[in-house]
Amino acid sequence: MSTKAVKLQSELKMGAATRAAFGDALLELARQDERIVVCDADLSKSTMTHKFAQAFPHRFFSCGIAEANMVGVGAGLASAGKIAVVSSFSCFVANKGFEQLRVAVAYPQVKSFKVVGTHSGISIGEDGPSQMAVEDLSLACALPGFVVISPADEVSMKALFRAAVYHDGPVYVRAGRAPAPIVHSPDRAFELGKAVELVPGADVAIVATGLMVAEAIRAAEQLETEGVSARVLDMHTIKPLDREAIHRAAAQTGAVVVAEEHLVDSGLGVRVAQVVAETHPAVMEFVGIQDTYAESGTPAGLLEKYGLVASNVAAAARRALDRKKQG
Amino acid sequence: MTGKKSLEELQALTKTIRRRIVEMTGAAKSGHPGGSLSAVEIVATLFFDVMNHDPQNPHWEDRDRFILSKGHGCPVLYAVMAECGYTPVEQLNTLRKLGSIYQGHPDRRFIPALEASTGSLGQGLSIGLGMALAARLDGKPWRTYVVLGDGEIQEGQIWEAAMFASFHKVDNLVAIVDYNRIQLDGFVKDIMELEPLADKWRSFGWHVVELDGHSIPALREAFAVPAAVKGKPTVVIAHTVKGKGVSFMENNPKWHGVAPSPQEVELALKELA
Repeated sequence: MSTKAVKLQSELKMGAATRAAFGDALLELARQDERIVVCDADLSKSTMTHKFAQAFPHRFFSCGIAEANMVGVGAGLASAGKIAVVSSFSCFVANKGFEQLRVAVAYPQVKSFKVVGTHSGISIGEDGPSQMAVEDLSLACALPGFVVISPADEVSMKALFRAAVYHDGPVYVRAGRAPAPIVHSPDRAFELGKAVELVPGADVAIVATGLMVAEAIRAAEQLETEGVSARVLDMHTIKPLDREAIHRAAAQTGAVVVAEEHLVDSGLGVRVAQVVAETHPAVMEFVGIQDTYAESGTPAGLLEKYGLVASNVAAAARRALDRKKQG
Repeated sequence: MTGKKSLEELQALTKTIRRRIVEMTGAAKSGHPGGSLSAVEIVATLFFDVMNHDPQNPHWEDRDRFILSKGHGCPVLYAVMAECGYTPVEQLNTLRKLGSIYQGHPDRRFIPALEASTGSLGQGLSIGLGMALAARLDGKPWRTYVVLGDGEIQEGQIWEAAMFASFHKVDNLVAIVDYNRIQLDGFVKDIMELEPLADKWRSFGWHVVELDGHSIPALREAFAVPAAVKGKPTVVIAHTVKGKGVSFMENNPKWHGVAPSPQEVELALKELA
């Protein structure tokens, strides 16, 4: 396989957190579009909507620590002609606001409603499991009509958040707290529902989302030294899935690994497995959070302990290759 | 825009609406007649006398918004909207049947003129507040009306919304509590007491109006007040009788969620003749 496309680990430059990229993109879009309004539940300094709040105080609605009402208010604003961006930590807005996302947004299909959950996954670090969303993708995918995205870096967040704002339907945007390595070139074009192939490969395909995309690239680099050609797909859109890209990966490599910072039995992995089963059954392995809650620690320490680093992805790829060989 | 009705016309209409509620729920063999009958004057006064709206142009931008947050009371809303001309009167008796636009709870996918899909209690006030804020941002004069059930306001989200409304000084929204004092399992006082109800709303920063929710003149007067109350939201606590207008349904918890039999429909219609 071509080595030119492979970014070496040392070349993955650290970028901004996806929440920061969201905050910047929001401000930029809001300057050009008066319809954009924001609701936040006392976390604007963390979700990064505070920049919008400072620039457009009359279009920012402080909702207090009351996520259910916040989602409803956002649904009302969106129903009356606004583009409502509703933001909090993923675990609060997706869990405490789920019933409202279901009945006030998804069910009547309030199209200009966009929810941005930050501090997703376990990489938030020291605050611990009560603040860690490990099930938000599962919840968001259970909302009919929602598009669900999980950008990997600042480049893709900026482009995909814009696409989300102007998508004709409700969108769930997953953002993270920790700085994210930059995996995309600045000029890359993104489309909702279209995976990006970051590394070409023929032996095994790694389908990753969010922070795990960088780990997948690092794993592919490691595998290459072992003579294994690993394809890496950034599956930034969890719903609707890019069925063609998954079908191609399964058909062309026969071994698919899915990597996500989410409960492994209810996130991207099971959704990809469904498509693989429907299109081209192949050997599969899954990297994600097992049936547990994490704990306090540094982001890096937690990702290591809970099996979400490049070595885990590479090991999963080797298992998949072994099983493929065994037929 | 709908032509506004005289008091006599309105009072005659409330009988028609009540008959249709009885017929619809009877035909459906399920549904919620009690809490529909208690809200007849509230909903009819709003649609026929208070709100600016245009059944020929349901998405007119400057229309007043109405949300039936107590979605199970939808027979009254369907009967009133049909009478306005939004939806066909002749299909009212398809309520709750497969393919009917008259779903078991208000569903905007079936009736796009509905402002919200409701049925999961506690949500309508928040949605209405978002709409009211949009009107304020746009400098529009339209108003938002949200009808709440009394049992419904046991939901915590209502009080999140109540706090939000006064904090944001939302004075272009009126909430109406259909205070019929009965919920599914029995009398409100025995399930989860709400009193002192007016004091609760006042302590949350609302302007409170209490009235007889079956008095059209009182409702008319009350709906004129909020326009004059600046800087705070208004709640109308409408004292009503569950099952109002049908003697055997009045004030009886049984009729929260049970449909009348064909014989009971006949009896009720005689009383409402």
